[in-house]
Amino acid sequence: MIRHHLSDALLLGYSAGQLPEAFNLIVAAHVAMCDECRARLAAHDSVGGALLEDCDSVPMAKDSLSATLARIKGHAPEPRVKPSPVRGVLPAPLRDYVGGDLENVRWRAIGGGVKQAILPTTRAASARLLFIPGGVAVPDHGHRGTELTLVIRGAFRDETDRFGPGDIEIATEELEHTPVAEAGVDCICLAVTDAPLKFNAFMPRILQPFMRI
Amino acid sequence: MLQIATKTVIEKPTGWSTPQGRDAASFVKRGKGASTVGNRDRGQGTPGNGQTAGEWLDQMDRLAKDSDEAAFAELFEHFAPRIKAFLMKSGTPASMAEECAQDVMATVWRKSQMFDPARASVATWIFTIARNRRIDLIRRDRRPEPEDLTWGPEEEPDQLDVLSLQQESRKLGAALADLPTAQRDLIEKAYFGDMSHGEIARITGLPLGTIKSRIRLALEKLRLAMT
Repeated sequence: MIRHHLSDALLLGYSAGQLPEAFNLIVAAHVAMCDECRARLAAHDSVGGALLEDCDSVPMAKDSLSATLARIKGHAPEPRVKPSPVRGVLPAPLRDYVGGDLENVRWRAIGGGVKQAILPTTRAASARLLFIPGGVAVPDHGHRGTELTLVIRGAFRDETDRFGPGDIEIATEELEHTPVAEAGVDCICLAVTDAPLKFNAFMPRILQPFMRI
Repeated sequence: MLQIATKTVIEKPTGWSTPQGRDAASFVKRGKGASTVGNRDRGQGTPGNGQTAGEWLDQMDRLAKDSDEAAFAELFEHFAPRIKAFLMKSGTPASMAEECAQDVMATVWRKSQMFDPARASVATWIFTIARNRRIDLIRRDRRPEPEDLTWGPEEEPDQLDVLSLQQESRKLGAALADLPTAQRDLIEKAYFGDMSHGEIARITGLPLGTIKSRIRLALEKLRLAMT
């Protein structure tokens, strides 16, 4: 049961096509896991539809219909295929970035059993997969800008709540938190932030001994 | 281009508990190319009274089933100039907007069978295609999407769901038209222009109404049919 959903601002930004790539990725990944937000997103798309319907029109060139018909001539519409249920751990949008499922992630250890894999996105925001062993805490960290964390597998808790599979935490700059992976299943998250990752400043903190709980 | 608004009437067929096929046209009578909105005559056709159901569903249906060129021409005539305007508002030069509007309409043809009238109006579906084309055009940021959920070749959406969704879409259009101009302009800028995430976060009061619940219902049925 997903309890933490996308904000309206994120849905609007995604629907309007105004988000940086890393944000698009985490919105798409959450929507792939959450039909509630899939419906909310479709509702936001409907606003775009209503605006298009009500839009002033600009006349097309005289021959544009025949030009378009010439292009599609002889091409039958693509047939519908029943979508096959997605198996595996990673939601579909993430698989494209990883080039497969979990076993294809190229992890880099960053200390205390925690691993990360930075995903290739535009620099406006960054996206990385995090692997946090069950029971391990990520040391206190603040962040500049907004940090979104989507749980793919396992669960973590911090000062605000518990986050399980499909839950997304939207943390602003003000939140200082210590996420702790629940004992048991290792926790895999997608973390996105709009402040550029500062490795030099970040690494020494991450290298501090991790507490085992 | 001005469409003559044609009043349409929903006729409830008797014994429609198990409607067959995705043929919304079978019980939604409409004039040729009927549209409630010609240019910017907002707020007409009081939503919710069932007077103007299912714009463009008939054309989409003929397109998906029969590759009907006349249906395509009607859709083209209505939507291509709007798509062109949308792209130009986003800063695309006219000649490129012309070409891209053709691309978008070609995609409408190609993907016509993926359109699900229980989850989107035709205008909304075409908007999403135009938006994606615009992102390809002017933004460096890729926009990954969740996997598409479509009905299999055999399954069909419930016609009552289709009607409800189209009705909700009209309500939303009317509610949007009724917003104070400043707020509406801001929303239009978010969808058509360029806006930072910070600016977008300040937009409140989208008149979404109950359309989400409708779509959610359609999704549940789809999931059920998929299993």
